[in-house]
Amino acid sequence: MTLLEITLLAPLAGSLLLAFIGHRPVGGWINVATCAVTFAASLAMALGVFANGPLLSSGRMFYIDAFNVYLVALTAFVGLTSAIFSRPYMRHEIERGRVTDRRLRLYHSMYQGFLFSMLLALSTNNLGILWVAMEAATLTTVLLVSLYRTPEAIEAAWKYFILCGVGIAQALFGTVLVYFAAETRLGMARGDAMLWTVLHDSAGGNLDPAVISLAFVFLLVGYGTKVGLVPLHNWLPDAHSEGPTPMSAVLSGLLLNVALYSLVRVKMLVDASLHTNLAGHLMMGFGLVSFMVAGLFLHRQHDIKRMFSYSSIEHMGLMTFAFGLGGALATFGALLHMTVHSLTKSAIFVTVGHASQLAGTQRIDQIRGLIRTQPTIGWGLLIGTVAIAGFPPFGVFVSEFLLLMATMQSWPWLAVPLLVGFGVAFAGLFRHLHPMVFGEPPPGQKPVAANMLPVAVHLFLVLWLGLMIPAFLARWFEQATVLISGASLL
Amino acid sequence: MALSELGLFSQAIILFAALVLFTSFIMLGQTRTLPLIFTFAWQGVLLGVVTALVAVVSGHHELFVSAALTVVLKVVLIPWLLYRLSIRLNMHYDAEVIKHPSLLLLSGAGLVIFSYYVALPIVHLSGLATRNTIAVSIAVELIGMLLMCVRRTAVAQVIGFMSMENGLFFSAVVSTYGMPLIVELGVAFDVLVAAILFGVFFVHLRDSFDSLDVVRFNRLSESDRPSAAGEGAAPPGAHP
Repeated sequence: MTLLEITLLAPLAGSLLLAFIGHRPVGGWINVATCAVTFAASLAMALGVFANGPLLSSGRMFYIDAFNVYLVALTAFVGLTSAIFSRPYMRHEIERGRVTDRRLRLYHSMYQGFLFSMLLALSTNNLGILWVAMEAATLTTVLLVSLYRTPEAIEAAWKYFILCGVGIAQALFGTVLVYFAAETRLGMARGDAMLWTVLHDSAGGNLDPAVISLAFVFLLVGYGTKVGLVPLHNWLPDAHSEGPTPMSAVLSGLLLNVALYSLVRVKMLVDASLHTNLAGHLMMGFGLVSFMVAGLFLHRQHDIKRMFSYSSIEHMGLMTFAFGLGGALATFGALLHMTVHSLTKSAIFVTVGHASQLAGTQRIDQIRGLIRTQPTIGWGLLIGTVAIAGFPPFGVFVSEFLLLMATMQSWPWLAVPLLVGFGVAFAGLFRHLHPMVFGEPPPGQKPVAANMLPVAVHLFLVLWLGLMIPAFLARWFEQATVLISGASLL
Repeated sequence: MALSELGLFSQAIILFAALVLFTSFIMLGQTRTLPLIFTFAWQGVLLGVVTALVAVVSGHHELFVSAALTVVLKVVLIPWLLYRLSIRLNMHYDAEVIKHPSLLLLSGAGLVIFSYYVALPIVHLSGLATRNTIAVSIAVELIGMLLMCVRRTAVAQVIGFMSMENGLFFSAVVSTYGMPLIVELGVAFDVLVAAILFGVFFVHLRDSFDSLDVVRFNRLSESDRPSAAGEGAAPPGAHP
């Protein structure tokens, strides 16, 4: 059985198994074990692709090249650490009575189902299956967002379902248009016109510009809704704040990345056929607007998870801007940013989960004195926020700096709103964070059992990436940069 | 191309496409829940007929499979699911009030004209016999979206969503004689799971909000006004 098959089948098998026994204590361990198997297989596959070049499965259904292989490994890794965090967290929740046995089974089963759909979306070669996997990722998580069955959670899940469903339907139309352009213009065999490799290699430059730009607009609106671009972002703060914390961690850290990956894959096809920079300009526009609007909205938040969700929107806007900018420097920065943001944001959400367990609430004005009551949580939150705000020596600083350099080279005046936005976001995050971490703890606040190891591992990796990118990773990013932007950086 | 110059089946395709668009307009104006579900079922029937006709005209026989799948899913399963839920949740006598019905229908007409404009480059490029109906398929999708925007009950929003999927399936059929079968199967599976999840949601929404009026789902918002729950409500995520 090849490594790719293991990577895909492990979460699927785990999902089926956990549907029956997910509510027992062993369910949490099976969740972790399945994620570990997936991660090991994906890492081995990644090393194989790095050594031997892109991997096209027989039947051309799956295609692993430099761009998606590191995302597959990253998804499996964050899935593993979140599963490690989720095991004691969900046992605590079931003891407190916030979830029932049946819902815990659903949770564990859909957790693996969600990982499966994301890995399928990342590894497939077929644009139609990519759509099916993205829709499946929404469907698996909808019931998890409403897991606690409070009115707010159900409302958040409904909003998520409707908005993402409508958005992704536009992406389906865009996919149909791409298929149409490939089939009519090039008279390909019916199965071939949906395959990304075929479209990229032989169709590049030959697809009709009017139809392909129409297709890109629909695909940008569609997959952009899942990325969280303003003004299509309304589902994001609700869905990320109302679900259980491990769900927030994987939604924020992983699903947004996968949606952005889909968008960039399509952009690679469009750029070859359109000789204007329409795709890039549209992505830059949406990205910049998302970045600035989210930075402003950060200030108004009363709920800690909503605040960090807006921070996610802001960073995804930044990444979209970077991919839209194009060129080797911006693309390298965006790829690095995808990695470090994913690691940092999931670590932050894990810490926030523990902090809200400690304080008994998610409201910012009621959480106080974290560093006095439980120093690991306080320091974790502080360092995590420092990392996500873009302080050196963390990795986010490096990617934002690369992006600024790239902006100053091609669009110098756009560096001004970027810098202002960085400042606004930093102010918003720290204004809310400071009283939470350093304030006077309310009487009777006691430490909770918290496993901060996943957080420490993630933040250490982000720090490492900020100080020194290991050679194999740099060469990975370099290969992906050449693939996406056509130019080389190193 | 004049209508009389086309073959019989091609004329039938255009006729049934127009009837599908007509059912979209009926759904825009239909305020009662059960007739809305039945109209959606009729749209599915007409869509199945169009798909079968396209299969005959184009010679792509896998479209017969797609047509059968559409009929099973969108004429039998999904309307039956929604019908059963409506009876169970006692919604079948509910009728909502549409505030500006004539404005709504004129907007629908405007969307049809817009779809013709959007479809121009596609029709130009296409060599298929069904290219006259591409704009109609885009219009069905956009009118489905309009339905979701203006209607207040959750059932109407779900019907609007399914109608959008109808329009998308229709556009795939008439612009490319259907996507590869594996993709069609995947999309159908997603739609079925979505319908089941919607059904689950209705029960939860009813239990939590005591109503399926989407205007009431407004506790989470960016403004600082007190929500419908009132000031005494527990903040989200607090201990029970």
